[in-house]
Amino acid sequence: MSTTVHPPKTLPSGTWTVDPVHSHVAFSVGYHVGTFRGSFAPLQATLEVSDDGQASLTGSVAASAVKVQDENLAAHLQSPDFFDAERTPEIAFASTAIRPAGEGEVEIEGQLTIKGTTLPILARGRIGEEKSYMDRPYFGLELEATLDRTRYGLNWNNPLPNGDPALADDVTVTAELFLTKSA
Amino acid sequence: MKILAIPGSLRRDSHNRALLLAAAEQLPGDVQLELFEQLRDVPPYDQDDDREPAPPAVAALRAAITGADALLIATPEYNSSIPGQLKNALDWASRPLGSSVLMNKPVAVLGASTGAFGAVWAQAELRKVLAAAGARVTDAELPVPHAHERFDERGRLTDEDIRERLREILELLVASARPRVPVSAV
Repeated sequence: MSTTVHPPKTLPSGTWTVDPVHSHVAFSVGYHVGTFRGSFAPLQATLEVSDDGQASLTGSVAASAVKVQDENLAAHLQSPDFFDAERTPEIAFASTAIRPAGEGEVEIEGQLTIKGTTLPILARGRIGEEKSYMDRPYFGLELEATLDRTRYGLNWNNPLPNGDPALADDVTVTAELFLTKSA
Repeated sequence: MKILAIPGSLRRDSHNRALLLAAAEQLPGDVQLELFEQLRDVPPYDQDDDREPAPPAVAALRAAITGADALLIATPEYNSSIPGQLKNALDWASRPLGSSVLMNKPVAVLGASTGAFGAVWAQAELRKVLAAAGARVTDAELPVPHAHERFDERGRLTDEDIRERLREILELLVASARPRVPVSAV
């Protein structure tokens, strides 16, 4: 048994699949005076990196897999007011370009599909340490992007008594990926 | 296909009831409209009573909604909002929220009033309530203002413009309720 450590510079080559237990996809959005957070689990994702550095990332979650701290709210989020999990059961991402963006960072352009609407999105990513255990390399990749939920048809709001909207349009999406090299 | 029509008014000669009967005449041949006549019988919502078996009128309401492919609700306007008994019935139907009979149910909203605005505020409130309950709410309204001038003495709709708009909103509702191929993400 040995653990090796390599300082990361770029995405390591190979086919990498996400460890769903140790990965996390979450969203945060301004709500009233604070920030509302939720997540999706489980997550599926695969990263392919060729020897010449060309890379692609695909991933998906089920709209019905939204996790929040109240079951009534989870039901509302799955309804046509928000994700419409019955008609559009999948939320999917597919990269169109991945390029280095400074030391240990990448920019990922891709297409994100929510509620049946596919739009381009730009994510910023930080490449974590690569390690290996029992000859099985793994590393971390943290991504963050911002999107306008109303462009995907998630238009729900509820004005406060002063007329301000309760829920912001801009949503920050983060993905903390624990990627293991496929055998 | 079956549409359950719920008049939000309890009055026997209700304009909203008459509007729903007019809607029945505008539906395609393979679509039936069933009028829900038991709104008055639904007891006040009490969480202590919200368990199995449900009160009979509540069970009847839930069964009628379950048995329908879509809902059509016509509401009057009381104090800028929907009648209490209609709201009460929807509160019963919305429980338990994630798996209620209203979840994903296609529904369209109409409204008639004797005033100049045709229950537009009540319709907006009703769409809000239904969406919060997880229903698939048709994004359209049908205000029928001055309702007392738009039906004859037998309660038949006499306004052709309203009839045409009724036909349009029913087309949207029926399209929403037709089985569709699930949308797959790209």
